[in-house]
Amino acid sequence: MKEKNRQSGRKKGISYAKYGYLFILPFFAAYIIFTLAPQILTFYNAFFENYRDGLTQIGPNFVGLDNFVTLFTPDAGGVIDMLKYFGNTILLWIMGAVPQILIALMLAVFFTSYRLKIKGQQFFKTVIYMPNLIMAAAFSMLFFTLFSPVGPVNQALISSGVIEQSIDFLNIKISVRLLIALMNFLMWFGNTTILLMAGIQGIDQSLFEAAELDGAGSWQVFRKVTMPLLSPIMIYTIITALIGGLQMFDVPQVLTKGLGMPDNTSTTMVMYLNRYLQTSKNYGMAGAISVVLFIISAVLSIIVYRTLTKQYRMKGGRA
Amino acid sequence: MSTSESTKGRVQLTVLRIIVYAILIFLAVLCLFSFYMLVINSTKSNAQLQDTFNFIPGSHFIDNLANAWTDASINIPRGLLNSFIVAGLTAVLTTYFSALTAYGIHVYNFKFKNAVFVFIMAVMMIPPQVSAVGFVQMMNNLHLTNNYLPLILPGIAAPIVFFYMKQYLESVLPMEMIEAARMDGSGEFRTFNRIVLPIMKPALAVQLIFSFVQSWNNYFIPALLLDKAEMKTVPIMIAQLRSADYSKFDMGKVYMFILLAILPVIVVYIILSKSIIKGVTAGSVKG
Repeated sequence: MKEKNRQSGRKKGISYAKYGYLFILPFFAAYIIFTLAPQILTFYNAFFENYRDGLTQIGPNFVGLDNFVTLFTPDAGGVIDMLKYFGNTILLWIMGAVPQILIALMLAVFFTSYRLKIKGQQFFKTVIYMPNLIMAAAFSMLFFTLFSPVGPVNQALISSGVIEQSIDFLNIKISVRLLIALMNFLMWFGNTTILLMAGIQGIDQSLFEAAELDGAGSWQVFRKVTMPLLSPIMIYTIITALIGGLQMFDVPQVLTKGLGMPDNTSTTMVMYLNRYLQTSKNYGMAGAISVVLFIISAVLSIIVYRTLTKQYRMKGGRA
Repeated sequence: MSTSESTKGRVQLTVLRIIVYAILIFLAVLCLFSFYMLVINSTKSNAQLQDTFNFIPGSHFIDNLANAWTDASINIPRGLLNSFIVAGLTAVLTTYFSALTAYGIHVYNFKFKNAVFVFIMAVMMIPPQVSAVGFVQMMNNLHLTNNYLPLILPGIAAPIVFFYMKQYLESVLPMEMIEAARMDGSGEFRTFNRIVLPIMKPALAVQLIFSFVQSWNNYFIPALLLDKAEMKTVPIMIAQLRSADYSKFDMGKVYMFILLAILPVIVVYIILSKSIIKGVTAGSVKG
């Protein structure tokens, strides 16, 4: 610490430390009021019975872990909603994120290849990044109108004679899931491509040249040079995509009118949380779901980080 | 390398290039197709939309625009204005205070400096939804529902934007410059506002755009806090469309609503795409 002080060439005698505190004060004030306090209040709520039944307010009464017990108790049909929606969320995420990361990696390699020398890169990047900025609710609404029973997709399929009766894409498990995955893929692969491209461009060019001189083929260069050196950025990409995936809400919510149809097979965890918050004002149950969501995102990000750093151990390189 | 080998290599390269361009064009079409359909359909009357499907634009763009703009149940001009206010103010607060916080940690040495930095990095990963219950409850108790303050003020603490600004400062700000300003008798806040902020202009511009877009598109929290019709922002109105009865609804108008919701962002993007795309990486990925 002391050495650092000297290095930065600070004048002796005058302490500017108070400005440091002053400059970060607004950030921390806002963080404490609008995030930390609500966070603690959310966890606190998880241990109380607190909901609205018609016009009567029940609670808040302290109930210990009852909300968590309820959350993980199977219903009459033997289904634990929380686990089902966790499964849905992960499945929907994987369906979108696997192609997202693979295709982004492929495009990043194409764009940075000095052998291929792809032209019109700016155009392609502009187009594939665009869906990332589009309002997810509007994008989802657009897909609903396009794929609705009377929408243009059905009209086109009927008029071209592929089908005779319109397909209710939004009531079939696989098509709803595919649509959600497709939207998530479209919204995120351009972003990932640009991140990975920057990662590849950050790799020392001489390493590629050295590998080439040693007679390594394109695939070998990719496996032995590009991938290991790209791993910090891959970790960053996967973790952020995963955390984003856990928050999946706007797209399935709007596409399925919040119902997660058919039969809640496209209901995500945040949609479940939203039902308790929006409709029944059940803050106890909503609090319990939030705690679970918090733990899952913490654990998952640690796991992904660990496995990936183990797989590609590097010499001190970090993102 | 013999001649025949290099010819073979060239043919291989050409084939490879063709495949790569085909993939790129396919993905570009995939990205643009739904938006093309949106624009085409927003030019058609409801009757034309119920009829068969084609790629030819109709002549009802102005009608649809007028119908959507004056719709009784969904007040889209008001929604656009509301969203502009919320997103505009959020973007300004987020950008300014993230830069201020980053500067505070970058330039000054104080006791908890490292702890503060580690803390911000750790909370960066926490999804905002997990504090929603407490947030909604607090805002209810403070009578701040149907109010924009709880949507705008949290923008002051934006860990990801802070991180971007911190990275940027590390790459552009020489300490000598701050020392020189001090020699000239410039106060610390003045130095930040008059000397540092202008240096950070490119980073500020990029983050203004990103925070604006993020706030413009934000749906989850606003939907929990705003239920008065005249306070609603655009995403809430769009989600509301989904629950309408489609047998009675003018589809041309629906497409127009969606188009109006995304148009402001698209226009900004088309003008500034180059610097926006540069901005995607500038903060997050740096050696």
